[in-house]
Amino acid sequence: MITAILTIAGLATLFGLILGYSAIRFRVEGDPIADQIDALLPQTQCGQCGFAGCRPYAEAMATGEAEINRCPPGGEATMIALAELLGRDPVALEDEAAAEKPKSVAYIVEDECIGCTLCIQACPVDAIMGAAKQMHTVITDECTGCELCLPPCPVECIHMQPLGATPQTWKWPYPADTVTEAGHG
Amino acid sequence: MQFATGSSPHLAGPQSVTRVMALVLLALVPGTLAMLWYFGWGLLINLAIAVITAVVAEAAILLLRGRPVAATLIDLSAVVTAWLLALALPPLLPWWQTVLGTTFAIVIAKQLFGGIGFNPFNPAMAGYVLLLVSFPVTMTRWLPPEVLSGNLPSLADSLHMIFSGTPPAGQTWDVISGATPLDQMRTELSQNRMISEIHKSPLWGDFGGRGWEWVGNWFLLGGLFMIWRRVISWRIPASMLGALLLVAGLFWAIDPETHPFPAFHLFSGGAILGAFFIATDPVSASTTPRGQLIYGALIGVLVFIIRTWGGYPDAVAFSVLLLNMAAPTIDYYTQPRIFGQRKSNDA
Amino acid sequence: MADARKDWSFHGGVHLDDHKAESTGQPVRRLPIPDRLTLPLHQHIGLSAEPVVRVGDLVKKGQLVAQASDYVSASIHAPTSGRVVGIGPQAVPHPSGLYDACIVIESDGKDAWTDLPEPMTDYATLPTADLRERIRWAGIVGLGGAAFPTAVKVNTSGQRPIDTLVINAAECEPYITCDDMLMREQAADVVEGIGILRHLVGARQCLIGIEDNKPEAAEALRQALSTKADTGTEVVVIPTLYPSGGEKQLIRLLTGREVPSHGLPAAVGVLCQNVATAVAVADAVLRGRPLIERVITVTGRGVRQPGNFRVAIGSAADFVIAQSGGYSDAVRQLILGGPMMGFAMQHDQVPVTKATNCLLAAAQDEVPAHPAERPCIRCGECVKVCPAQLLPQQIFWHARAHDFDKAQDYHLFDCIECGCCAYVCPAHIPLVHYYRFAKTEIWAQEREREKSDLARRRHEARVARIERLEQERKARLRQKKEALEQKSGESAADPKKAAIEAAMRRVAAKKAAQPPEPETPGGE
Ligand code: SF4
Ligand code: SF4
Repeated sequence: MITAILTIAGLATLFGLILGYSAIRFRVEGDPIADQIDALLPQTQCGQCGFAGCRPYAEAMATGEAEINRCPPGGEATMIALAELLGRDPVALEDEAAAEKPKSVAYIVEDECIGCTLCIQACPVDAIMGAAKQMHTVITDECTGCELCLPPCPVECIHMQPLGATPQTWKWPYPADTVTEAGHG
Repeated sequence: MQFATGSSPHLAGPQSVTRVMALVLLALVPGTLAMLWYFGWGLLINLAIAVITAVVAEAAILLLRGRPVAATLIDLSAVVTAWLLALALPPLLPWWQTVLGTTFAIVIAKQLFGGIGFNPFNPAMAGYVLLLVSFPVTMTRWLPPEVLSGNLPSLADSLHMIFSGTPPAGQTWDVISGATPLDQMRTELSQNRMISEIHKSPLWGDFGGRGWEWVGNWFLLGGLFMIWRRVISWRIPASMLGALLLVAGLFWAIDPETHPFPAFHLFSGGAILGAFFIATDPVSASTTPRGQLIYGALIGVLVFIIRTWGGYPDAVAFSVLLLNMAAPTIDYYTQPRIFGQRKSNDA
Repeated sequence: MADARKDWSFHGGVHLDDHKAESTGQPVRRLPIPDRLTLPLHQHIGLSAEPVVRVGDLVKKGQLVAQASDYVSASIHAPTSGRVVGIGPQAVPHPSGLYDACIVIESDGKDAWTDLPEPMTDYATLPTADLRERIRWAGIVGLGGAAFPTAVKVNTSGQRPIDTLVINAAECEPYITCDDMLMREQAADVVEGIGILRHLVGARQCLIGIEDNKPEAAEALRQALSTKADTGTEVVVIPTLYPSGGEKQLIRLLTGREVPSHGLPAAVGVLCQNVATAVAVADAVLRGRPLIERVITVTGRGVRQPGNFRVAIGSAADFVIAQSGGYSDAVRQLILGGPMMGFAMQHDQVPVTKATNCLLAAAQDEVPAHPAERPCIRCGECVKVCPAQLLPQQIFWHARAHDFDKAQDYHLFDCIECGCCAYVCPAHIPLVHYYRFAKTEIWAQEREREKSDLARRRHEARVARIERLEQERKARLRQKKEALEQKSGESAADPKKAAIEAAMRRVAAKKAAQPPEPETPGGE
């Protein structure tokens, strides 16, 4: 009886020591969960979640302050990935309509641009090029489609252009939805 | 001009699920005829009950699930399940038990998991096991093969027994029925009798239980036919029977008086039918080449273990169901080497 | 050695009716040049070519109209003389049916050549870099269907030395016979091309792999080889078994070497080229001609006169079909390429490109409508035939469930899309379609991830820059304040005045800092 108790106690102490040691030895620096969350977010930096960019939203989710359903550009897929990562239940998106918008990029009608630089200041990823009093233009490859440059433009010369698929970016549809017959399609 | 589209390949081979299943049924014919010969009308009646039940049950559940009925029934998989189950049932089983077992096999074990292709367990064996644990008395009431009793119940008697559940007037179940060779062996061994003694009984033929051995041989023929037509691969039957023989041989070599000779294991129960027709059910079996060898061998070993130390008349059903559970895991760990995966083999 | 070689085989494969005889009855016929030619800028693997002409320009036959824009890219030349009438999106031969950038040339009917570069008949004495440059100039890509730029492929510097050149003459897809006819009629050119390629990569031996259903072509090659007194080049006849013409499968068949998964043939000392590519190389080096035409097979019971035709690249499919007698009533599908790997087109207003080897106008009984898909019964038929030795049913299972990580665990990207698995599947599952779906989804996800990584980096850089500017501004302010305090301490002047002055300076500083470096938006 005594031996049994002693053994268990001994084992408990031993494991406690091992656990304690590994907690110190293998401590992870920083806040990895926020990093992991941030990696899942689309980095549009649009602020539609109510935070000042993706990173702040990620940190808020990491501390449990924010729901996981506030990222319209990420849509359902991002929400589900977040739910999986954080072990939370999937919830309906807060703004379904916004999530269904097609991917777009900003486009400046260059003839109308007055060169005020306001859009340049608004762009979270520095995707707009131009100098004061000169026409501005959007680097399409770097634009995230956040639409933050639209409101500041005094002459409303910025439009969103949906990004259509090209043969290079086209995706094969899910098989069950295809196979057309001659004549229908 | 508009043309039909779709992904390549635009050609399709002649294979179809219906063809595969039809070949399985064809391969079952010789063994089934042999069983009819040895065990009489009861088997045929069971077969009819099971097949009709299976088709009706499958059609009903497909309707409920809103799936195409005709397109699915035509794949014949329900008929194969019913057929295999009927072969495993005692010939004079009360009709409603056959109906119950078949319905369970089709509705619960197959369709509720998503239908053909999605069932983790062999439906026929699931139905069999359900009946075995629910109705142990009727499920162990076998007929002695014709060669022993000399006469089989007539068609009328068989119908009477199956549909009323009572023996014909003036007879008792004890008179009509007989134990299977496996049961006999187990009972006598538990009475501490020696194999050499037991073996003297007329119950035993050249390889195993008299009558049973020939049924086994005919099923073997059908199995070889399926291997030849590439319906199944040789791996599962070979490894299962090989492992069974090996383990049985080992114990027999250690003590031939308490462990029956290896051929007994092969030819006295459902081992052959199981090895070629049940363990090879592709949906629930392992599919990688190495996995199939492991899967088959483990079934073989389990059959021996359960037969020798377990309490049930035959072990094939349990062994197959147990390994069905393990099949996905076996598959995962036995993925074959893909082309170009190892270092290239040029010197 | 030849005997030892015969023992090699690859796993799986399927036997198919080859349907070659339909289109080999007549010699290759040159088709006239249509009025309009459409040249897609992206008809090869790699980046699109960059146009070097403008709408309205007059071009001569063989003149460069679009230049390779990258190392992996290919130039495009005018297939005839005429005028550039458009540069913009046109229907292209792609399964999506989408439009892509093309140069459209209207023929002037004169078919007048531009000045061509000098032939390099003495290629054996020239530096290989010059030869590669010529091949690059000519815009040659793999003509077997893959369309990988040849100049890139033959640049083997920095890799394991190449000892074997494998010439792919297997043409294992049913119906296609353009390589077969090319070998029968231009065996000498094939041999010349082989000579150049061997010289280029320094291959000790050359093995021409050809299926045993093309005895005439094999014989023609042997003849041509014997007159050339070429040593070390050998015609190896292999059994007809689809897909023996798969690059890795053919290399295995001929040399027994197994190209590593995700690796190139160069990893086992092999370079593989298609026969038609060898002819194009000979044309470029020995005759100074760019790649502006090719031989294609037009076949199937959907056309009236099947055969092989030499067509200008950019000719529309409907023009080619009309020239070969037009459609028969039986036509159901138009497939670019063969029935196992080709793409079904929605319509025939697409141009023939460098990669087009066959127009298969197939009738109902040749390519029947795909039977309805049934659940997988895990029968393992697909495993038996897969030449890449994969477990197709497992990849399918996970692709179907959108579980792309698992699909990759089962080596999705080793699938060569040969279609053997789908061909034998008794459940008629369009397996390859599932794999393509999964592959393109994974690529799209990768693009998204790259894009979001870029956005994250740029955003972080921007935040850091704004912060730095703020710090600098504060530092400047502090300095000025300190300077002011010193001064005011010294002179003990009117403190009120000093305060106003300081405030004004602050405002000025703020104004100066307002537009944060607008001229260098990305300048971090
Ligand atoms: S051939 Fe078809 S049914 Fe058979 S295992 Fe492969 S995918 Fe499944
Ligand atoms: S298509 Fe892919 S998975 Fe199917 S047989 Fe060919 S290589 Fe294997």
